[in-house]
Amino acid sequence: MSIEWYVVLSSLLFAVGAMGILLRRSPVVILLCLELMLNASNLALVAFSRMVGNQQGQVFAVVVMVVAACEVVVGLGLIVAIFRRKLPLDVDELRELRG
Amino acid sequence: MSATAWAWLALLMPLLGSLVIALGFRVLPARVAGAIGTAAIGLAFVCAIGALLNLLGEDAEARHHASSLWDYASAAGLDIKLGIYVDQLSVFMLLVVTGISTLIHLYSFGYMQSDEGYRRFFSYLNFFVFSMLLLVLAGNFVLLIVGWAFVGFASYALISFWYRRTTATRAGMKAFVINVVGDIGLVLAAFLIFRELGTFEFGAVFAKAPEVFTQGGWTVTAICLLLLVGAFAKSAQIPFHTWLPDAMEGPTPVSSLIHAATMVTAGVYLIARTHVLFYLAPTAADIAAFTGLATLLIAGTIALTMTDLKRAIAYSTMSQIGYMIMGVSIGAYAQGLFHLMTHAFFKALLFMAAGSIISAMANRQDIDRMSGFWRAMRFTSLMLLVGGLALAAFPLTSGFFSKDSILAYAEARGGMYTWMAIGGYVGALLTALYTFRLIFRVLPGRPCEEAQHLIETGELYHGPAINPATEELEDAEVGFPGAHHHIAEQSRPMAVAMALLGFGALFAGLIQVPGVDNVLFGFLDPAFADSPLSEIHPSVGAEWRGLAIGAAISLLGIATAWLLWARRPELPGLFRARLRPLYELAVNKWYFDEAIDLVIVRPALAIGRFASSTFERFVVDGLVNGTKETGAGAGGIVRVVQSGFVRSYALLLIAGFAGLALYFLLSSS
Repeated sequence: MSIEWYVVLSSLLFAVGAMGILLRRSPVVILLCLELMLNASNLALVAFSRMVGNQQGQVFAVVVMVVAACEVVVGLGLIVAIFRRKLPLDVDELRELRG
Repeated sequence: MSATAWAWLALLMPLLGSLVIALGFRVLPARVAGAIGTAAIGLAFVCAIGALLNLLGEDAEARHHASSLWDYASAAGLDIKLGIYVDQLSVFMLLVVTGISTLIHLYSFGYMQSDEGYRRFFSYLNFFVFSMLLLVLAGNFVLLIVGWAFVGFASYALISFWYRRTTATRAGMKAFVINVVGDIGLVLAAFLIFRELGTFEFGAVFAKAPEVFTQGGWTVTAICLLLLVGAFAKSAQIPFHTWLPDAMEGPTPVSSLIHAATMVTAGVYLIARTHVLFYLAPTAADIAAFTGLATLLIAGTIALTMTDLKRAIAYSTMSQIGYMIMGVSIGAYAQGLFHLMTHAFFKALLFMAAGSIISAMANRQDIDRMSGFWRAMRFTSLMLLVGGLALAAFPLTSGFFSKDSILAYAEARGGMYTWMAIGGYVGALLTALYTFRLIFRVLPGRPCEEAQHLIETGELYHGPAINPATEELEDAEVGFPGAHHHIAEQSRPMAVAMALLGFGALFAGLIQVPGVDNVLFGFLDPAFADSPLSEIHPSVGAEWRGLAIGAAISLLGIATAWLLWARRPELPGLFRARLRPLYELAVNKWYFDEAIDLVIVRPALAIGRFASSTFERFVVDGLVNGTKETGAGAGGIVRVVQSGFVRSYALLLIAGFAGLALYFLLSSS
């Protein structure tokens, strides 16, 4: 299979994730969409790695997964904390950082 | 022990005394504190004698030693040591300062007995002596400036000693400000010296100066003029003199020690110490000599009209320092220092006697209220008379020999300096007049109320506690003079101190009688051997001729004073009425305070007001507020972006990256 298919799939996944972040208001879904975007880039990395023929891209992909796992921990922790404090689970309501 | 070791010890004693009293003021009983203070200075005097004996054991040419304990600053071509310079001049000053100080500490031991600030007083007084010794012993200009500033502070602290008296604190501030002006002059002079010669050490500076500077060159003249600013401010010479009369707000022993005998002579010491530079700058030396002459005449006329006992003596001090400044500036180094020594004796004594009389007057100082103290206080009156005779240069007293030695030198140098001798004799007439004006108004006659009270009951008159300058009532608690006063007749320490000084005032001149002995000049002259001016010696005949003129003038002055103020007391009133403008001029102190107020104080205040009302409001505030507004405005624009909507941030991020990607795509294809 040529590289284009992989890249197109990766772009589609990335676009879906980005759209989800822009359009959805629930922090849980936003977190999921973030994961989607990260994994879209992982897919591109692996595909390019195979095309080039060395392992570096795959190593990057593994590192990104580790980082993504950490990020999910922090993100879910935040969501639980928001829930515990009985704040609305809606990112548009949580806008205390307004300048 | 070597001379320098003795000198270091002399420096250490008053410092220790001051620290012990200051740190132990809660636990030390008052009299113990006084005893420690007096003993510390007494020991310093013993050390000074040790240093003198050491010097006398050496050859006259080898009698100068530098010694340093450690480096003060050593970097970038700068090498300042914590060093002292011991030679005939500094040992002479050491002896005068510690000797007079010991007696004045002894006097204060009795005089200040009832004051609430007794321990504080002795701590300050010891600190003053330490600073003064640092000043006269300093081996380089830096340490000299340190000592110079320290005595200024000590003077300030002691003038404002009764710190709840508004007049006293104001006088202290005035003295401090004028002294700091002098300090600036001295510091600038030291800068210039370092720039030209690359060193601060006295020995090196005076050795290099004749090679580097040309006779009468601009730089050396500028250095000397700056030194003179320092000397004039410290020695109360015109136009920096206005602080000295106000300094009489301090306790009388302070007036006696600092503002008569020692600190105010620092300017004379400075000129004598830097005589090498002044020889190279004849213009500056002449300016100094003329200022001295002007001061001695102007202060003499003011002293004639003062009705405040202490202020009259203060003007007399200015006048006598005028003689010394004139002397050391024209080359009469040893003679000027001789007058410094005898003046220290008789002026300290005069102040002590005045303090005793003021005590008997329940703190009043107005001579219009005083009379008849001869019958009430025999010993004090006698001492006032002795001091007055020496000040008026009565034949064979100490002031007689010292004053005329300066004038004889001026005459021997000739030229325009002859006029200085003539001016000096006019000043001598004024001196005799104002001195005996005080004496004839205070001592003879019918005893005044206070004196009568003392004669009848044997106890001091107790009036309400008032400020003699403003007649305001004061309480007698801490920060004001105590309610009880002490006079020499009832206090042994005061009497002993005065008797010793009286002895000095009468006989100290006998160590230097022309043609008979040469103790003092023989000792001091080698220190000034590097100045050709010290080669000039008036002949013995000329000196005795001068002494005869001096004696005649002194007797004439005393007789005139007797005629005016004792025999026909209505005459001064007639003169006052006749010579109204002259009298007004003198009684208003030649309007120096007003002139300084007009020329310096008011413009400075006006500039300050302009700065605070206009410059501050429009320029400074404008700049500050403008910066603030600019920042706030710029922030207002950027603020809009910070909506707090996470999703709009994400949109911006994604749009930004998409834009970047698009740009690279387009630019690469």
